Amino acid sequence: MTTRRFRTLGALGLAGVTGLALAGCGAAPESSGDSSAQASDFKGCIVSDDGGFQDRSFNQSSYEGLKAAEEHKGIKTSQAESQSETDFEPNLTSMAQQGCNLTVSVGFLLADTTKKVAQANPDKHFAIVDDSSITADNVKPIVYNTAEAAFLAGYLAAGTSETGKVATYGGMDIPTVTVFMDGFSDGVKYYNEKKKKDVKVLGWNKDSQNGTFLSSFQDSSKAKTVTQNLIGDGADVVLPVAGQAAQGTVDAVTEANKGNKNVRLIWPDTDGYETLDSGKEFLLTSVLKEMSKSVEDVVTQAADGKFDNKQYVGTLENGGVGLAPYHDQQEKVGAELDKEVQQLKQDVIDRKVTVESKNAPKS
Amino acid sequence: MSASTAPATTDQVSAPPPTELAAGDHRRTLLGTALQSVLAVVTALILGGLLIAITDEKVRHAAGYFFARPGDTLSAMWHAASGAYAAMFHGAVYNPDGATVADSLYPLTETLTVATPLILAGLGVALAFRAGLFNIGAQGQILIGATLAAWVGFSWHLPAGLHLLAVVAAGALGGAVWGGVVGLIKARTGAHEVILTIMLNYVALNLVAWLLSLPGFQREGSSNPVSPAVDGTAMFPKLLGDHFRLHWGFVVAVLATVAVAWLLERSTVGFELRAVGANPRAARTAGISVTRGFVVVMLLAGMLAGLAGTAQVAGTEHSLTSGIAASFGFDAITVALLGRSTPWGTFFAGILYGAFRAGGVTMQSMTGTNIDIVLVVQSLIVLFVALPPLITFATRRSQEVAA
Repeated sequence: MTTRRFRTLGALGLAGVTGLALAGCGAAPESSGDSSAQASDFKGCIVSDDGGFQDRSFNQSSYEGLKAAEEHKGIKTSQAESQSETDFEPNLTSMAQQGCNLTVSVGFLLADTTKKVAQANPDKHFAIVDDSSITADNVKPIVYNTAEAAFLAGYLAAGTSETGKVATYGGMDIPTVTVFMDGFSDGVKYYNEKKKKDVKVLGWNKDSQNGTFLSSFQDSSKAKTVTQNLIGDGADVVLPVAGQAAQGTVDAVTEANKGNKNVRLIWPDTDGYETLDSGKEFLLTSVLKEMSKSVEDVVTQAADGKFDNKQYVGTLENGGVGLAPYHDQQEKVGAELDKEVQQLKQDVIDRKVTVESKNAPKS
Repeated sequence: MSASTAPATTDQVSAPPPTELAAGDHRRTLLGTALQSVLAVVTALILGGLLIAITDEKVRHAAGYFFARPGDTLSAMWHAASGAYAAMFHGAVYNPDGATVADSLYPLTETLTVATPLILAGLGVALAFRAGLFNIGAQGQILIGATLAAWVGFSWHLPAGLHLLAVVAAGALGGAVWGGVVGLIKARTGAHEVILTIMLNYVALNLVAWLLSLPGFQREGSSNPVSPAVDGTAMFPKLLGDHFRLHWGFVVAVLATVAVAWLLERSTVGFELRAVGANPRAARTAGISVTRGFVVVMLLAGMLAGLAGTAQVAGTEHSLTSGIAASFGFDAITVALLGRSTPWGTFFAGILYGAFRAGGVTMQSMTGTNIDIVLVVQSLIVLFVALPPLITFATRRSQEVAA
């Protein structure tokens, strides 16, 4: 018994060593000194909220933005992941002490701490994503007028709906969520006015600011139930604004399609076609918040010595928000509707059509 | 923990079987176990260093031509591991790049700040260990203690001094109730404390999340789950001035350690608890009430964890969120294990874990080493602490089988 076990172990060990030996057979590079000289002394840093940098959502996009700036500008970077809320202050303080010229805080959860640490370090610059509550000389808020992009999504949803009902719901009743829902329902309303149709929005009433919420960004089983109810009520396009919980909507939509219904979904924040594991084929489009691009812009600006505390607002005009390609649903949308959406986008940029939401950041 | 346990008894109110930890009264074994703890930490650090080295990008690159120039790989490995640990030292003990003495010593104060809740909650877990109870519920006890402390802190408005006392008392009470309930149920029905405490952790977490959605508890004008900030009078004063986060809660932790040491070694109650932990049936025969022992020890354990929650609210965080306990309640179990359930052992283990947490921040921001490495090192420590009894157990078993 014992000997056999040792023999197996020995065989495994031999295989491992051989593998290592084969892997280590490459040629050594010529020593040419350190060629990767830093082009800039500027140090850009980032602190995540407790979602971490692999959350397939805003932490990850913001982190990718900083990394892009590192690549393009040759700046130094540093990052700290928060494992819980008690890590916010040590992480931000550590960044300031390490000589970070600009530190990006990701998410409104860090607002209190960012304000405090920024006050304690007036010679350092900070930027905070998704929060506009701080007014300080050394803090730049980065926010998004997502209503504009969601407006286009609402128009598109209404244009493709066969049942005459489309739906949206939120993770929590907070402005960064409801701004999507406002834009979406206004987009549907605009479609109705233009086409003399009566497409209904389920899950959100912009006038009364009442709607369906999960009270969570993680509870995907609740998200599934909510979506099943919305589909049961006749909706055939669903926009979940619920972070990771929205996976429940993907499941519900996939099941509905198996049961001979024709339901599609619109993904928030990132292009779901690139981030989702399954259910991509039912993806009509995504409402994009281009955090990666805006963080890169803000860091680059600061690296060029042009930091300012003016609020950055992502809009259709500056490309901070937008609609993703239709991917598999291209045919369903059709050339004509696509043209209308593109025209509408231009109209919003040219201010011929105004999108208003009390949840949108004020610029 | 369970490695050294004897077969479970069927007695209805019996504690879990006695553990080695409870029996460590002899000075000789105490020295032996202290040495084991130190060795566990050292071995874990070495293995952690290897892990850092292997996962390092430069090392992997150099390993690609290992046989052409092995020196590259080895030096890259050394740089990765030593760099990460040096950064951890900078973040946890002394920062040689600090502009002033205060800046240089900032990391050390940070370590003590983070250690404060770990020590307090660790003492709670250690005390329960000594009475033979496995208290997994420190997390919930911290949360309830923090909740009550925060509520007194932001809704009562008392003069300075008195207010802080009220906050501390409220935190201790909250934890004591949450822990005491476990002792009471166990004493009355014989329900197992591990199940009870795990379940009560969930109850506490969801209770706090629900409270934070109520108008009285949620910060006005905010829809985020955050309570109002507690009054200035409810906060622990800073121990070394406003530049540092270190607060008087640390002194409370030191006093608590002294108190627990006195309780266990010098008081009748402590003697009874240890007797219950060593052998509940013998204790009962000797006329000690085992059920009363369960209630008393869980009350005290909960109270200590509640103080840890108070240190969070009134020391560093100012307001209540559902994340206020971080993972302190679970780390406390490790701290107590590493400290061999002795008060001062727990104290120093708490400081070590505080250093890991504080140093981990600097390590990941300075060298880009993944913060999860810290968790791996901490887990390895637990493994190595548990290993010697496990080996003893295994060899004894194989001898028995052979015989």
